[in-house]
Amino acid sequence: MKVGLFVTCLVDLVRPNIGFATLKLLESAGCEVIVPTSQTCCGQPGYNSGARAVAQQLARKVLAEFRDCDYVVAPSGSCSGQVKVHYVEDLFRDEPDHAEFEKLAAKWYELSDFLVKVLKIKQLPGKYEGSITYHDSCAGLREIGIKEQPRELLTRSGCTISEMNDAEKCCGFGGTFSIKLGEISTRMADNKCVNIGMTGAGAVVGGDLGCLLNIEGRLRRNGDMRTRVYHFAEIAAGMTE
Amino acid sequence: MQVQSMFFKQTASLKLNDAVLQTALKRAKGKFVDGRAASVATIDNWEEIRTYAAALRDRVIDNLDAYLLEFEKNAMRRGAVVHWAETAEEANAIIVDIARKNAVKTVTKSKSMVSEEVSLNDALEAAGVAVMETDLGEYILQLAKEPPSHIVAPAVHKSKEQVAQLFVDHHHKPRLTDIPAMTREAREVLRGHFLGADMGISGANFVIAETGTTLTVTNEGNADMVTTIPRIHCVITGIEKVIPTLEDFATLIRLLPRSAIGQSIANYLTLTTGVKAADEIEGPEQMHIVLVDAGRTKLVGGEMKDMLRCIRCGACMNHCPVYQNVGGHAYGWVYPGPMGSVLTPTYVGIENAGDLPNAATFCGECQVVCPVKIPLPDLMRKLREKQFDMKLRPRSERWAIKVWSFVVTRPRMYAFLSKFGARIASWLGGRDKLIHRLPGIDGWTDGRDMPAPQGKTFRDLYAAQREPK
Repeated sequence: MKVGLFVTCLVDLVRPNIGFATLKLLESAGCEVIVPTSQTCCGQPGYNSGARAVAQQLARKVLAEFRDCDYVVAPSGSCSGQVKVHYVEDLFRDEPDHAEFEKLAAKWYELSDFLVKVLKIKQLPGKYEGSITYHDSCAGLREIGIKEQPRELLTRSGCTISEMNDAEKCCGFGGTFSIKLGEISTRMADNKCVNIGMTGAGAVVGGDLGCLLNIEGRLRRNGDMRTRVYHFAEIAAGMTE
Repeated sequence: MQVQSMFFKQTASLKLNDAVLQTALKRAKGKFVDGRAASVATIDNWEEIRTYAAALRDRVIDNLDAYLLEFEKNAMRRGAVVHWAETAEEANAIIVDIARKNAVKTVTKSKSMVSEEVSLNDALEAAGVAVMETDLGEYILQLAKEPPSHIVAPAVHKSKEQVAQLFVDHHHKPRLTDIPAMTREAREVLRGHFLGADMGISGANFVIAETGTTLTVTNEGNADMVTTIPRIHCVITGIEKVIPTLEDFATLIRLLPRSAIGQSIANYLTLTTGVKAADEIEGPEQMHIVLVDAGRTKLVGGEMKDMLRCIRCGACMNHCPVYQNVGGHAYGWVYPGPMGSVLTPTYVGIENAGDLPNAATFCGECQVVCPVKIPLPDLMRKLREKQFDMKLRPRSERWAIKVWSFVVTRPRMYAFLSKFGARIASWLGGRDKLIHRLPGIDGWTDGRDMPAPQGKTFRDLYAAQREPK
């Protein structure tokens, strides 16, 4: 099974560890993983800033890069939503290559979804015995139905999940929103931090690096140096250090 | 209403630091969000009803002319006069003219957002007509001289104490602390106006084509008084409010109060059809229905057309994390929250709407709760595309997108620049691996640290790991 790894631009630039955790999870499950070196970004930042043309250009680039893969997996619900929903339903709805994007969407999976639904993985390399709380990232949750999958992986890794209030509420990241309307974004992150704090969990875990950076940034600014912030892949792969 | 949307960011900043407002918003969120969820959970085919209602509203919008003409014909058959107002000014002129011709001195009004849209009260008052708002929330705001901050609960931003003070100032009676007692006092004040008004003005949640009926959904019963007691009843509403049949109303009313405040049904459903007939003892002698376009037909058939499905329940704002934190006034026009971020630029011009299309994280909650499935984030994105094409965003942002577009489509350049970017940003993180301030992304670092990158890109680390030299 040839699985393409879509690293995501944020993971590539900021936290490669998540990329390697993803790689480890896929390879230890027996996948042949391909990492196209020309990959950059799914196009979402441009798309959501109104730059439709470049979003289309990047989408076609993604399509070409992963054409030969049986599956494509990304450690992000947000990028996956871009490919599975927005490429198909909006960007290429009226374009001649629409069918190709439908095919790409069908073989494209968010990481937890792939591990749980396709690979039906039971054994994970990681072991994490501690209490965590899980933040549901918006695009993963509402666009492609990521909810139980990461929790299943975390439970299998030994985590005790202590659910926070409003786990499904946006953390305020919203891509460029976090910079353009920083003050509102900060307040939303703050609300999230309060809910995280109330669980008493030692770590907050999520499936999208953007949200994690936003949450961690606010935790640290508030002086909370204790609460760890992880991508679920890091825990499931045993790569939290 | 004057448009203040250009100041969204500045107003939002004030609102974030307004303690009274923040308390009010938290209280409202609990009521609206939890109330809706509990109420929706009692309906086993909620999604089916939503799908049906969305299709129904689409059918109306696709055949708007036909349904409106049918409505006009049936309303006229029952003695109502139907007026067509292409603009806000026309709507006001029509109503002022009705008032003048009938020597109207006093008006009672039940809640109408379209009347806010066209600034009807100002127009009537300029013509020497005294207007009394009778919805409790609108009445409070009339005393406070403030615009509504929510389309269903207009005074949701006010605290009990603020209202008590307003009543002391305007009713000149001892201060009350108990909400039922305050409500009673307001009712006593309003009673005389209800009985003495020359003309009643109401909005309409829907108008029904097959019967020529206009319909108002309230919880206070004030619309009944406004529509039946005065000798003239004037309805002002948007042309998109038409629905084909009474049965369609039965479907939509399953969605509207549940989505709005988690009510299975509103306390009063006021259906008004025509004037008082010869054998009737109640009802107005004249009924005027002002159907307002004010930008709506521009949406028909265009990329914003889904917005015309809106039934004004307010669920999108109630669930919006941005609205929940800044409240309705920050949006700077009649319609707040996600619906406002679409309607304001569409109705008053995108160049007057400032940040509104960007005032969303695209979390998608609004779309999920919308009873008629309006894809609000998609519509906001369309508006962002328009802003981008029209160069309405700040120069720095446009340049950032240009540079990003150039680099991200050139993998080699991207790899080269990200290698150095990651290294520099990692170095900026220092010992605690946190960037505390970074010019260019002050919006982020003003309130948050930026966790520093690890230092090498995945691309480089992977290449080193997989291709040993």
